[in-house]
Amino acid sequence: MSIEHNRRISRAAAALATVALLAMGLFGGAVSAKEYVIGMQCDRSGPTKPVGAYMCPGFHDYIKVFNKKNTIPGSTIRVMEIDHGYQVPRGIEAYERFKEAGAVSIALFGTPHTVSLTPKLTEDQILGTSPGFGSAAGANGEKFPFLFPLAASYWSQAASAVKFIQDNWKGAKQPKIAYMYYDNPAGREPFPIMDDLQKMLGFEMEKYAVPAPGIEMRPQVLDVTRKFKADWVMGQFFGRAPTVSLKEFARMGYPRDRMIGFVWAGGESDISVAGWEQSEGYYTIQFAWVGSSSKNLNQPILQEIAEVYKAEGKPAPEEMDVSVYYNRGVMAAAVHAESIRWAVGKYGEKITGKEVKEGMENVKNFALPGGFMAPVTMSGQDHEGGGAVRIFQVHNGGFRPATDWFVGYREVVMKHVAAGE
Amino acid sequence: MLNRETATFKRTYAEDMALYPAPLPRYTILVLLFLFFVVVPLVSSEYTLGVANLLGIASFGALGLNLLVGYTGQISIGHAAFMSVGAYTSAMLVSIMGLHWGLGMIAGGAAAAFLGMLVGIPSLRIKGLYLAISTLAAQLIIEWGINHLPFIPGGAGGSIYMDKPSIFGFQLKTNLSFYYFIYVVLVIGIVFALNLFRTHLGRSMIAVRDRDIAAEIIGINIFKVKLTAFGIASFYAGITGVLYTYYFGVANYEAFTLVVSIQFLAMIIIGGLGSVLGSVFGAVFISLLPIVLDIFLRRVGGEFMEESQIAAITTQIQLMLYGGLIMLFLVVEPDGLRKLWRNITDYFKVWPFPYL
Repeated sequence: MSIEHNRRISRAAAALATVALLAMGLFGGAVSAKEYVIGMQCDRSGPTKPVGAYMCPGFHDYIKVFNKKNTIPGSTIRVMEIDHGYQVPRGIEAYERFKEAGAVSIALFGTPHTVSLTPKLTEDQILGTSPGFGSAAGANGEKFPFLFPLAASYWSQAASAVKFIQDNWKGAKQPKIAYMYYDNPAGREPFPIMDDLQKMLGFEMEKYAVPAPGIEMRPQVLDVTRKFKADWVMGQFFGRAPTVSLKEFARMGYPRDRMIGFVWAGGESDISVAGWEQSEGYYTIQFAWVGSSSKNLNQPILQEIAEVYKAEGKPAPEEMDVSVYYNRGVMAAAVHAESIRWAVGKYGEKITGKEVKEGMENVKNFALPGGFMAPVTMSGQDHEGGGAVRIFQVHNGGFRPATDWFVGYREVVMKHVAAGE
Repeated sequence: MLNRETATFKRTYAEDMALYPAPLPRYTILVLLFLFFVVVPLVSSEYTLGVANLLGIASFGALGLNLLVGYTGQISIGHAAFMSVGAYTSAMLVSIMGLHWGLGMIAGGAAAAFLGMLVGIPSLRIKGLYLAISTLAAQLIIEWGINHLPFIPGGAGGSIYMDKPSIFGFQLKTNLSFYYFIYVVLVIGIVFALNLFRTHLGRSMIAVRDRDIAAEIIGINIFKVKLTAFGIASFYAGITGVLYTYYFGVANYEAFTLVVSIQFLAMIIIGGLGSVLGSVFGAVFISLLPIVLDIFLRRVGGEFMEESQIAAITTQIQLMLYGGLIMLFLVVEPDGLRKLWRNITDYFKVWPFPYL
């Protein structure tokens, strides 16, 4: 056998393998019976990768447990994940692909995608969820029938932060509160709520904008600590800004236990870069449990996930170590799955987005055991699910709960939701 | 275009002026039109049409940028900002003031063109990278303006919702109806661009690109030409923004960030600078490649793994392949996909001979 011959054979084999791979790519993907599809957008390659890379595995893992437990007898849920890299056209394409695959509900990812897809969701009658992003006004189920913020919006977070400050303030006068925000629509979103609360309660408040990308805020921090002399600081930051704010306030010697970060300002990664000891005492608002890890499975649902992995001979997923985002994925998945379960229970196997939407509106007092998430109670008007949060405090290189699940000044928030700005 | 130039005689001025004088390209165009306006809509699924719509809009935007960068030689990294100007102008006029969508569309283009010409003014004095930086400033200023100017509404999310446009009482709702809408606009844009470079203005633009001092010496008013180029390119950008807005039903500035501007630059570089066809190729390549790779990898991976595992891996492979393919194409053909296409057509032009 000559070398030439050998080469020809190997070349033929390579060609065959390529053809087989291509054929699999084009004609593969068999669909099993009675499978409900949840479309999940994710960002594992774009600017919000630090969130997506942990939130999406959480979503997958919860559904895995859900299927393993046979919660909907005889049927399974399939999570169809598409990474859009935080680009709007690719998010739209992902949505079209979900629709083609017959998705009954969609977990959106990212504010621009949520906004761009809101009209389409209503047209196609498929519900979309936007926990922690999108717009707070989306909680208005009459104006945005197929959009579900699912968890406390920035409005609810602002109200809860003020409530927490009021509950913990011992001074004779009302406290001085500084609100520092990333200068984008999301950062300015809580303004109406805070203005109302200020009028209602009479505390003094100043707002400090930090321009994008939010990595330079010494002048603002100087203003807050030296000029305004704030008693409390609320931080609505994204990306690298939370870390920078922690470092700058530490430099000024400002007590960290007078600082409250909104939901995107308290990830493990943000705090570890600023230093856990440096950040001791920092409060963060959360809508799912935090402070667990693959070594410290302190929640029943996380233990169940770990068991499923163990049965496959694998250790608990290391994504669990970033509990702030992983657990949010678990929480969102739980609400999606519960809605589908409800819809199947009422309408049988043939369900579409419309029935699942009804299902999500009928999620009442739903929570995972062990205080993992706020009890979610949806209704036709309230698509936020009650807006409860829990405040956790950085303590001893981890988090500890500082409050129970609570809701702050719901009537003020709902007034604005009803107005539908 | 595939054609053989032999035996094409021009007997009248009209024949001489025709966009495609040879018969074969004319038939090719007719076949392509038939394919895109009859066959594709008939056989495509709603999903395919949705992707086609995104490609159509991207092609239109890339075409506009190519008029400026590829044909006139003025680098701009503020293209997406002009899209947002068009998007917000049309959304404000149509959704808030209740004007007709057609008017909103033209106004969107015009507003972008006006701002584009303002931004183009420094181009008289500065060139190349310096001009790029000044257009970068435009991108940032416009983004900031939409965020902060009080007369631009949009509520907390910075976005304006609007109803889908309707033509003669028929509302464009499905991807199919939008397909026709977008592709008619795209065809108009392509025909305009093709003809532009057969006019005095278009030729002047090319002259300015090739050597501006020489162009000035032969009597071209450089400032006027550069400003017009900025105006036309920004008009295209504005219309692109309007198309996105009408298609999505919402104007949102976060869809037009700096990254988008750079992506459009990548499109025309990959497709071929100074080529109408190249703009379309580049837009399709850059927009479609991640999608195709994603679908493909997921299907292949689906044979071995479960969904959650694939997701974590495909993204990485997809990024590597995407970057790798872009580099490969640029190394193989620095003049872009347009040149690859021309190599093919040149081969057939002289076939069966290797060369003339």
